[in-house]
Amino acid sequence: MHDPASRGGWWRAAFLLVYLLFAILPIYWMLNMSFKTNDEILSTLSLWPAQFTLEHYRTIFTDSSWYSGYINSLIYVALNTVISVTVALPAAYAFSRYQFIGDKHVFFWLLTNRMTPPAVFLLPFFQLYTSVGLMDTHLGVALAHLVFNVPLAVWILEGFMSGVPREIDETAYVDGYSFPRFFLTIFLPLIKAGVGVAAFFCFMFSWVELLLARTLTSVDAKPIVATMTRTVSASGMDWGVLAAAGVLTIVPGGIVIWFVRHYIAKGFAMGRV
Amino acid sequence: MARIDLDLAHAYGPNPRSDEDYALLPLRFTFDDGGAYALLGPSGCGKTTLLNCISGLLRPSQGTVSFDGRDVTGDSPQARNIAQVFQFPVIYDTMTVGQNLAFPLRNRGVPAAQVRERVGQVAEMLDLSAVLDRQASGLSADAKQKISLGRGLVRHDVAAILFDEPLTVIDPHLKWQLRRKLKQIHREFHLTLIYVTHDQTEALTFADQVVVMSRGKAVQVGTADALFERPAHTFVGHFIGSPGMNFLPARWRDGWIELAGRRYAPPADEAIAQRLQAAGAFKIGVRPEYLRLARPDDEQAVPAVIERAQDIGTYWIAAARLQDHAGGAGVEGTDGIVGANGIVGADGSPLLRARLGDEAAALRPGETAWFSVFHRHTCYYVDEELVR
Amino acid sequence: MKPINQKAWLLVLPVVVCVAFSAILPLMTIVNYSVQDIISPERRVFVGTEWFRAVLRDGELHDALLRQLGFSLAVLLVEIPLGILLALSMPARGWKASAVLVIVALSLLIPWNVVGTIWQIFGRTDIGLLGAALAGLGFDYNYTGNALDAWLTVLVMDVWHWTPLVGLLCYAGLRAIPDAYYQAAQIDGASRWAVFRHIQLPKLRGVLMIAVLLRFMDSFMIYTEPFVLTGGGPGNATTFLSQYLTQKAVGQFDLGPAAAFSIVYFLIILLLCFVLYNWMQRAGTVAEEVPHA
Repeated sequence: MHDPASRGGWWRAAFLLVYLLFAILPIYWMLNMSFKTNDEILSTLSLWPAQFTLEHYRTIFTDSSWYSGYINSLIYVALNTVISVTVALPAAYAFSRYQFIGDKHVFFWLLTNRMTPPAVFLLPFFQLYTSVGLMDTHLGVALAHLVFNVPLAVWILEGFMSGVPREIDETAYVDGYSFPRFFLTIFLPLIKAGVGVAAFFCFMFSWVELLLARTLTSVDAKPIVATMTRTVSASGMDWGVLAAAGVLTIVPGGIVIWFVRHYIAKGFAMGRV
Repeated sequence: MARIDLDLAHAYGPNPRSDEDYALLPLRFTFDDGGAYALLGPSGCGKTTLLNCISGLLRPSQGTVSFDGRDVTGDSPQARNIAQVFQFPVIYDTMTVGQNLAFPLRNRGVPAAQVRERVGQVAEMLDLSAVLDRQASGLSADAKQKISLGRGLVRHDVAAILFDEPLTVIDPHLKWQLRRKLKQIHREFHLTLIYVTHDQTEALTFADQVVVMSRGKAVQVGTADALFERPAHTFVGHFIGSPGMNFLPARWRDGWIELAGRRYAPPADEAIAQRLQAAGAFKIGVRPEYLRLARPDDEQAVPAVIERAQDIGTYWIAAARLQDHAGGAGVEGTDGIVGANGIVGADGSPLLRARLGDEAAALRPGETAWFSVFHRHTCYYVDEELVR
Repeated sequence: MKPINQKAWLLVLPVVVCVAFSAILPLMTIVNYSVQDIISPERRVFVGTEWFRAVLRDGELHDALLRQLGFSLAVLLVEIPLGILLALSMPARGWKASAVLVIVALSLLIPWNVVGTIWQIFGRTDIGLLGAALAGLGFDYNYTGNALDAWLTVLVMDVWHWTPLVGLLCYAGLRAIPDAYYQAAQIDGASRWAVFRHIQLPKLRGVLMIAVLLRFMDSFMIYTEPFVLTGGGPGNATTFLSQYLTQKAVGQFDLGPAAAFSIVYFLIILLLCFVLYNWMQRAGTVAEEVPHA
């Protein structure tokens, strides 16, 4: 069946091509730069390296101050994603299935946290985390990111859960399932797309966040985002290494998108980002 | 109004090899100008595919579609000048009812005065005059379907109106109203109407001719009567009628029909008898409406053990199991056939369903009753096809 | 109707605890600071609403607020139409759909500082493709020295970064429109523009409302990307609200005023958030009118 939505001919394809070029070019440029020597970067401008080099990547993979940044980031992002989704699941179920005192207000309050500028939390976080000894730890950043990721996860999961008919819950109870068993063996498989989407967005927002991650860490848990910005203020820009570092930060994101590509449209369809 | 000739097939992929590769097996059929047709069949039988080939939303992978002799296979729906009503109401939310109805005319550049007149006429016909100025999105589902239908009627020269299960979202008590409206429109405008449905009541009451489809194949075309009396295929016998036709497995033995271990006279028609003899094993088809209780001493009566008799209200349905001659419930040579009603006993004996009057009240489960099976309404099937 | 069950609170408790720890405690600290003059950790003086009054009178704050509003408005004016166009041009099915989806969504997954870095490099006339191209075409382009250039670069960077969000939301919205609508429009002889105006746009209404409000809110909180790209300059030409607050809080360590400002900032967002929430509830009910077939 010819796709009726795809009429409109050549302008669509042309526009898409131009946009894709627009989307890719800056990234490509950075990729390009990461394979050039610093001399070449500063001297000539070309669309591909005249002297292809892997020295910048080598620097990153061998210099612990660089690669530890990636590892730190991955650790707290993973921690955050796991915690966010885990605590969000029962809460989303409650919002989806029951009414209780203050339910609408709590839901709204959760959303406001997604909407709060991180800058507002800078100072108090700094002091709070110092006082409980969570400064410069992976857990600290993971917990800080809960502020905006947990509401998002609850919101997304609630949407998916509401799509599951209540009759399934009732049948399970009639059949004698305990709540945990029902939740794990019956309910969860039904909403696995939702869990995937929620995990994707938690990963995304935690991975990209700079302000809190930089403020709450100094050495031990310093994420790659902080390492890179520090490089910028250091004397003498090491463009090549910076570019290579940037390219490497895109890789985990690219991998995650590839795996959840089928669910992306579904997640956005919920209108909950 | 147009005559529509089809000579086509539609395969899923580029190189169809077996029947499964086809969504529509090769089909040749003519829809007469001004006729009302139904495409009837279960989900997945290809009826919507066929409808879309007629309307132009789908191009068949092989063959042609012609309107009044003109080949339109490559033409868009617009060029073919057809109208289609979909399963759920398709209306333009941003417009009023009147604007919705006027839309197809405006797109064709019809002058405003004519548009107004025509919209008024169609609205009158569909009882929508009162709501012409209301936002279409606020109306009930059946009103919206009428608007969808109206957009098709509003064009003078529409070749045919195609319906794809249009009553799906309508409340049951409003369905018959809309059906009546459709028949009324057919009588008044003499339009070619093609109606896709899986509901046999809709098909049989709406259409002059019904095309029964199954798995991409047009199994039988005929009037409601023909489909009821002489189903060309066991599928049609099973699908049409509520409950469907009974199918009893039988054999030819020494010039007699052997059924349930007993002998019965062969059919009077020589041609049929010869085919049955040649086939050896075949099925006897008889509708529940035509099964009557017979006397035990009637040579042509078939014994069966009553399982239950249900009082439906205006009639009774008696379900009984065929016996063999020895008196046990069990029939040789059934080789795992699923009876017309889908029921086979654990011992393989087919189930008979009979539609009876109040005489069924006297039947008790477990007792043997005698049914008259062989008469002029009885059909014979070899390899699922009717023997004529 | 959902059954009433107060025990459901137990299910919600973990979430409340986690978020409260990270949200309520800090907020209480801020409220605490906002009404005190903290001369040193030991010496604090209660000053009541003085900081609030000072903040609301602050000329620099007004400037930053105006810059912020201008920026957010510009962002909306570009990103929403562009996002719709993007969604309309993305293929609906097949391997091409997946490939385009991945390329388009990529910019959303780049750490925000790297976004800034990418454009920092891209815009330089000595080592960046864009900068060099513009210079080659004769433009006197300098995003560190020229305020207009800085604004435009920050804007283009944000468009590059976030249009895919609008695009993907609209794309999902478009996919939810059943084929029958397009088929009926084809049969009715509707033009391409009529299809957009009468079928696609109305069905996108809900999604667009969400996109508009999300982009407005998020752009209102923007910090990292402009900070990395221009540092807020030249001067304070691209210093938006979040950066202004951060400067005050961390840079100058004026805890009292910074805390007061934080609360004002938070209240502005809260108001916008309230509007967003209600609009989306209504959008949700509108979206349910689209039949599922």
